[in-house]
Parts: sequence; C-alpha cells; structure tokens
Amino acid sequence: MSSPTKTHPLVQGEVGPGCAKVDPIVVADAVKRQFGGLTAVDVAHLEIPRGAITALIGPNGAGKTTFFNLLTGFDKPNEGTWSFEGSSLAGVPAYKVARRGMVRTFQLTKSLGRLTVLQNMLLGATGQRGERFGSAFWSFLWRKQENENTVRADDLLARFKLDAKREDFAASLSGGQRKLLEMARALMSKPTLVMLDEPMAGVNPALTQSLLDHVLGLKADGMSVLFVEHDMHMVRHISDWVIVMAEGKVVAEGPPESIMQDQAVVDAYLGAHHDTDLGTLTNQQVRQIEQEAAQELDEVQATREEDKA
Amino acid sequence: MLDVLLGSLGELISPSSAAYALAAIGLGIHFGYSGLLNFGQAGFMAIGAYGFAVFTSLVDPTATWGWPPLLSLLAATLVGVAASVVFALILGIPTLRLRGDYLAIVTIAAAEIVRYVARTQDLTDVTGGSQGIRGNQFKGDIQAVNDGFLDLPTGTWYTVVSWALVVVAIVVVWGIMRSPWGRVVKGIREDEDAVRSLGKNVYAYKMQALVLGGVMGAVAGILLVFPRSVQADGFATILTFNVWTALLLGGAATVLGPVLGGVLFWFLLSFVRGVIGELHTLGVFGSTTATQAGQLAFVFVGLALIALVVFRPQGVMGNKKELSFNV
Repeated sequence: MSSPTKTHPLVQGEVGPGCAKVDPIVVADAVKRQFGGLTAVDVAHLEIPRGAITALIGPNGAGKTTFFNLLTGFDKPNEGTWSFEGSSLAGVPAYKVARRGMVRTFQLTKSLGRLTVLQNMLLGATGQRGERFGSAFWSFLWRKQENENTVRADDLLARFKLDAKREDFAASLSGGQRKLLEMARALMSKPTLVMLDEPMAGVNPALTQSLLDHVLGLKADGMSVLFVEHDMHMVRHISDWVIVMAEGKVVAEGPPESIMQDQAVVDAYLGAHHDTDLGTLTNQQVRQIEQEAAQELDEVQATREEDKA
Repeated sequence: MLDVLLGSLGELISPSSAAYALAAIGLGIHFGYSGLLNFGQAGFMAIGAYGFAVFTSLVDPTATWGWPPLLSLLAATLVGVAASVVFALILGIPTLRLRGDYLAIVTIAAAEIVRYVARTQDLTDVTGGSQGIRGNQFKGDIQAVNDGFLDLPTGTWYTVVSWALVVVAIVVVWGIMRSPWGRVVKGIREDEDAVRSLGKNVYAYKMQALVLGGVMGAVAGILLVFPRSVQADGFATILTFNVWTALLLGGAATVLGPVLGGVLFWFLLSFVRGVIGELHTLGVFGSTTATQAGQLAFVFVGLALIALVVFRPQGVMGNKKELSFNV
C-alpha cells in the first residue's frame, strides 16, 4: 500500500497525498466543484512544485480537466481557495490568470482556424500596444513592438518546426501540428507555469518524441509544467512528479517510479496488467492462439456436417 | 428597358446605397470580423436617425442659440452616435458574456422595441408617432452647410456627404483590422476561450466591436433619412435582413465587400423592380396591381440570395478559406 520512497528532494517532509513541497508554485486548499449532485472535484490540499514537470493522471471522470478549468479561471468552484506564486487566484477571471503567467492549452485543440499560423502566434504575445482600441488605428504606435514580436514568433515556429507553415491558415494544419502550434502560442506570453491538457492525445508516435522534447525544453528554460495525460509512456519518461486523482480527490502522489507500483493507483487507474506490452506476443501465447483457432475450426466443421446430415 | 437599366445604375451611387453600404460595414465589424450575431442593425440605424432628427427638430441650436449650421449638424450627429453607443452598451452588458445566440435574440427584439417606441402615440410630440418626422424639420442644417460651401444640387450634395462618410468608414476598418486589435477580434470570432487563455479580455473586445459597428449603423441611419423623412416603419426587421444580404453578398470579412454588397443590392433591387414594372404595364401579371407585382422583386432577391449561398458562400469579394456561411 505504501510507496517505497518516503522522502523526495521536491517534498518537504514525508511523501503522500497532499504533501507539502519545498518550493510550491500553486497551492490549492479545499477546492470543491459540484455539478448538481455529482462532486467532480474535491481536493483538500495540493501543492504543485516549481521548476518541475508534474503529471496529473487518473481515470476518465476523475475531475482532472475540471480541476484544470478551476485553476485557470475557466470554471468557478463552489468553494475553496488557491494561489499562484503566493497570490490568491480565487475568483480571478481566466484572462487575468493567463496574464499572471499561468497559461494553459486545451484537450481539444483550439487553434484559431481562419487566422494564419503567424497570427496565431502573435496573438499569444502580452502587453501589446496595438491591441488597445485607441491606438490600434495608428500603426506607428505599435509597429516596432509588432516587429519584435514577429521575430520571437518566428524563432518559436522554427523551434517547433512550423516555420514552413507560417503564412498558412491554421485550419490547414494536421492535428499534431495544431498541438504544437497551441503549445508554441502559449509560450509567446513567456509564462512561468504551462498547463497542458492531454498534449499527446491524437498525436502520432514520431511526433510524440518531438513533443516530449519540447515539454522537457520548457523545464530547461525554467518553466514549471503541469499536464494531464493518459499516455503512461509520457508520464514515465518526462515527469518529475505524479499526482493521481480519482473521483475528484487526490489519492496518491509521488515520483513516477514509485507511483506506478502504488497499489491504490494500480487499482484505481492502471489495472493489474499495465506493465504487459500488448504489442508483441510470446511464443507460448502464439501456440495457445493457434491451438484455440484449430479447435474452433474443428467445431465449425462438426456443426456443418451435422447440418448436412 | 434601357431606362430601367439607367435608372438602376443611378441607384448605384445614391445616398441610400451609401447608407446600406455603411450599415453593412458596421455589421461586417460585428459578424465578419468579431463573430457577433447582430440581428438588430435596423435598431442602431433607427437610434441614429431619431437621435439626429429629434435633436434637430426639438432643440434646433441654429435657430435657438444662433449656432453655425455646421456646428448644429455635428452636434445632432453626435447625439445620434452617443445614443447608439448607449444602445450598444445596454444590449452588450447582459449578453456578451453569454453564448453568441443570445445577442442575436436580444438585438432583434431590441430593434423592434425601438421601432414601436418611436411610433407610439404618446411620443408624437417628440418622434412624430406613426407620422414620423418630416424632412423640413431636420434638414435645415445640412442644406445650409451646402449653401455657402459647394452650392451643389440637393441630391448631389447628399451623395457627396454620404460617400465621403463611407470612405472614412472604409479607412477606419482597413486601419483597425490590420492592427493587433483586429487580430484579437478575429481570434474571438474563431474561439473565445482560446483568446481568453492567452490573456485577452474577450468581453471588453466584444463590447468595443459592438459599439464601433453600432456607431457606423447609427450614421448609416442618418444618411438613410436625408433623402426622405424619418418613418418608424422604415426601420423594420426587413431593413436588418437587407443589410445582412448586402453584407453576405459582398463578403463578410472584407473591407470593401460590404460596400460592393450594398451597392449591388440596391442596383439589383431597383433593376428587378423596374423590369417588373415594365412587364406589369405590358399586362404580364394579369389583374395583379402594380404594388403587388412590385413585391415580387423581393422574391427574386430571395432567389438570388439562395443562389449566392449555394454557389459563392464567401460572397463576391470574400476568401472562402477565411469566411463563408459555414461558421
């Protein structure tokens, strides 16, 4: 039942659900969200470490995305408080949350289809003078800043290998490219915490690797990352810390190596066979399948002969 | 037949088609660029026209305080514009936080409320009730401005003023839509939540777009009443739909599309009407009266709109990739 590691460099004190972190970037207290009679999120205490990649996992309907929406101001909780870098975010609208440096992406990508890739990127930049109604018409007021932002956007597009698509409408991108664009766009605002909602969903294996590298790159650049993901490969390989939710509550947390062995996590989410690779079959399994097939064939032939007679 | 064609060609540059063009430009800011479903553009136009005409007929600063006609004209326009800003705020504050359809419902209802209020018996002293406001009660200033300045024939003068304002609106839309502000409202059209997640105050941007497009609608309303009198029933729902037709005909998310659409709409309408009138005199429609036959023009306009939706959903000038009916 208990995880093998009792202490961890990210943690102050003992590892366990709701444990205190050495340097938390987000602290949530008694956050509760109910939809009618259903309690979607009921988090007593949770701290998200700074400068680390934290994975939020759990079965479908565990409240991961709802919790994401609450933290980023896209949904309002029934009760609870939470803070980001020490200042309270409860009741702060979504756009102000983003301006404070906590930027999110969405499970279903929200690339702005009928804007070009470059326009998508430029939209991510913060503090633009030309976005004010009063100064929008007078291009001399914002041209210089716009050019600076364009240079930065081009850098990011090159990093995410989208530079060839610069002038295309975002609607013409593939699903995986949209994921990349959404992540790149979020980086335009120079965030301190990047929140990714299922970044791997619908992404092909080749692109998965580059996405993983990009997420690791975020950490290398000094950002903290929190992501929701079902892909255990990703969770295992890049996360420093894993938080497990089930039925709205945090049921376990810890480093990925030990959390995979945690009986509560195996029961609630992973299942007993999570380490079995379904991709290759052992010789024994092959023989067994062949035997079963032969047996079925015999049965079919037997019934046919009966029918004839 | 040639007379009909020439008459219709005259409509191309009439103040009325300029008014349609300007109203369509305003609606283009709402729908084409920001994705706001405003089905009450006629309400904005009525507010502008009544603001202008009521101020001029009741206050009449030229006669009362001896203001120069140009100043009175500007003051009256400002009253109409200010009234439309208030109207936009009243509509926007409760609805712009909600999903897009709510704005559509509220605007279409509000436009009708404005029309019924304007034609109510109790307000006859102010709005003229169902009789409206006669031309000579509010056209003194604009004609006086012409008299000492260009001395054009009245019709030409209205045309010049109307198209000058359309050009100003075109320049404003062109300038503002290539800016980062324009980029934000286009982003809102695509996906509000995405724009919100990038730190933009979506509500404020939608409000700004609603006010800007509404102000253009108000000025269009003023232009619309210059060649005629102010009649409450001239601002019925059909006017909104005509402006929508003009906008979609030209291309919603383009700078010049609404202008082309407004002009084409008036040309087509008057041309079809003229042709039907000619055919009526030849007895093609049997015992139908000329007025009834004239209504057929709208049937043909409707058919043309259907053809447009099927064959060119992005409008004459639109880019199919950027905006078509399928929003």
